[in-house]
Amino acid sequence: MANKPKIPNIAEIMESIKSGKIFNDIAKKFTESQIWTSSFRHGYADTPRNRVLQIASNVWLHLHPVKIHRHALRIKFTWCMGGITFLLFLSTVVTGVILMFYYRPVGEYAYFDMKYLQYDVPFGMLMRNMHRWAAHAMVITVWLHMFRVFLTGSYKPPREFNWVIGVFLVTFTLLLSFTGYLLPWDQLSMWAVTVGTNMARGTPFLGHEGPFQEYVPLISPRYDMRSVLLGGSLVGPPALLRFYVLHCIFIPLVAGALMIVHFWRIRKDGGISGPL
Amino acid sequence: MSEAKEETKPASDKPKPPAKAKGKKDEAKDTLWSRRDFFSLAGWASFTASLGLSSLYFLRLLFPRVLFEPSPKFKAGNPEDYTVGEVSSKWVADQRVWIIREREQLYAILARCTHLGCTPLWLKTENKYKCPCHGSGFTMEGINFEGPAPRPLERLKVELAPDGQILIDKSKKFLFERGEWGKPGSFLRV
Repeated sequence: MANKPKIPNIAEIMESIKSGKIFNDIAKKFTESQIWTSSFRHGYADTPRNRVLQIASNVWLHLHPVKIHRHALRIKFTWCMGGITFLLFLSTVVTGVILMFYYRPVGEYAYFDMKYLQYDVPFGMLMRNMHRWAAHAMVITVWLHMFRVFLTGSYKPPREFNWVIGVFLVTFTLLLSFTGYLLPWDQLSMWAVTVGTNMARGTPFLGHEGPFQEYVPLISPRYDMRSVLLGGSLVGPPALLRFYVLHCIFIPLVAGALMIVHFWRIRKDGGISGPL
Repeated sequence: MSEAKEETKPASDKPKPPAKAKGKKDEAKDTLWSRRDFFSLAGWASFTASLGLSSLYFLRLLFPRVLFEPSPKFKAGNPEDYTVGEVSSKWVADQRVWIIREREQLYAILARCTHLGCTPLWLKTENKYKCPCHGSGFTMEGINFEGPAPRPLERLKVELAPDGQILIDKSKKFLFERGEWGKPGSFLRV
């Protein structure tokens, strides 16, 4: 019976605890297991090669540069505005998904679900307000980020492509705010969106009151840009559902994809631009 | 693929005798497209076509056939119900429309100020529409003559329904500044 595992006696166990050997053994068992080595593929060795491996072979980190310039950490230069904007975006995603557990985008329910979240759901008020304030703050920080990039001249070649991506991201941030504005389904949101979508009447070619619409066949109040947004001719339940889908699915997906390109592009263009 | 294309090009110019190619490649030279080119093209064409078609389907899907909202059309009784030379305000509360009956014709004006969209009042004694918000004034025909309103009131499509009643379509507007007030549909001859 050579294969039979040896059962240690109490004295041996006490001895291994005393000497700390047992902890090393347990740690070794963990860190050499397949699950551990699959999750953490590289150690902490601070060598250039290991640092490259740590970043480049990790799906969560591979968008980041392997090395960061010292000036990129200077808060006075970057204001960290892009990073703060992304953090705020992530908080709206998390709190938004939580809100989706209670909110129904239906004319009869939407307003009362919002009130229910505020006054009856535990921590509902916190989640709603976190979502709301993070959204407001994100609009502010995204503009400040743009302002910083402009002031530091970081829109110049080779970063001009990333500037364009950024302009799209600003637009999608504003559209996220606009579509989210309707969802509380109260008087404020209804009239705000009525005013906002009335602007779509004036879309060139595609709005029924816009310039050149007479050259596009079939454009009428019933079939134009505004009725695509509203799913009808006024701000009603179909508009609520459309704005909900745009707010929770379509725009976050598109904006998320653009963010990936935006972050990756920073690295490809030589990292965060430095002070001259 | 690019190789095949290079070889087919001279074949389309002139049927030259093949220099080096042998066997299967001869076949490709006799035809306009090689088999590979044909299938590649057919594949991409059907892919693009199905993608384009489904985009059209999606575009059409965004416009529902039935809207669960008030109809933009309403019947406003017979032309004889309206007194010649007067503005009728009886539909303003329900439909936001004035009906003006003249001797020869009848037309409908949307009761929406062209300044910021308030509902003006018809003041019979002063013979004008007056907006309570910022004081815009319009003549009986709807022409702006005082206050901040930038353009005349909007007229709506009027026609005669088969049962002899006036049918007003609020989704079709006739604008003075576009010269549309004389257009058929902008008034009803009576």
